[in-house]
Amino acid sequence: MPTTIIEGHELSVDDEGFLTEYDQWDPQIAEALAQAIDVPLTDEHWKVINFLREDFKAHGATPTLRRVSTEGGVDTKTLFALFPKKPAKKMSYIAGLPKPAGCV
Amino acid sequence: MTTTTAPMEMIVPSFGSDAESGRKLAVICSKGALDMAYPGLILGNAALGEGVELDLFFTFWGFDMITKSRMYDLKFSPVGNTATHMPAALSPLPGVTAMATHSLKKSLADLNIPEVPDFLDLLKDSGARLWACRLSADMNHLKEEDLYDGVDGIISASDFIEMTDGSQLLFI
Repeated sequence: MPTTIIEGHELSVDDEGFLTEYDQWDPQIAEALAQAIDVPLTDEHWKVINFLREDFKAHGATPTLRRVSTEGGVDTKTLFALFPKKPAKKMSYIAGLPKPAGCV
Repeated sequence: MTTTTAPMEMIVPSFGSDAESGRKLAVICSKGALDMAYPGLILGNAALGEGVELDLFFTFWGFDMITKSRMYDLKFSPVGNTATHMPAALSPLPGVTAMATHSLKKSLADLNIPEVPDFLDLLKDSGARLWACRLSADMNHLKEEDLYDGVDGIISASDFIEMTDGSQLLFI
């Protein structure tokens, strides 16, 4: 398993660079991850990231876009605006979680 | 100031965010059965989530998916569908289609998959373009006001072929 240095911490990541250890993430690391993919974080981004972190902790899986809109209260249009082009992958990357496995 | 060790490169996934990928998908939805409505919607939704542009073309029976009077009431019939593993003699019996439809809808709802009209909303919110087939509209005597509000236009087959130049094509 590769590791990468972010904010002075050596973190476990998968081949693509997604963090693989839930507990190695913190908000500063999120800022660094977001900066690396050119997504400046606003309060709205944080609402999504916090929902992802909590939902993953509760259910053991990264929520899909559909789940973020129905359960997390951030609608689909907004998700595409916040995390352009590939919202599901970008939001999970910043939240230090694996890509969502669900289809919808 | 010098450092003795070279800094490790940060591994960053490629989201293709710098340049437009330019990938486009066109899906032709030609079936109006509930079970055949979903594949196009699900694959289209996946494409949008990957930053792929999406055009959906609704034609023939697929027109029911965007017709206001029918889109809420698509049905799943096991008749002639061997994949249901139901004895062939039972499937045409009265009530079987209603039962099968109810059961499929429940399975989908349990997985948080939206019903067809809501799914179209989801696709629109994600940036899809929806096109109605001119011939199907004429055959059914339907106008734009009879169709789902998110439909971008009623166009001919040639228009669709022209506008999907360079798209990958999926016929369902």
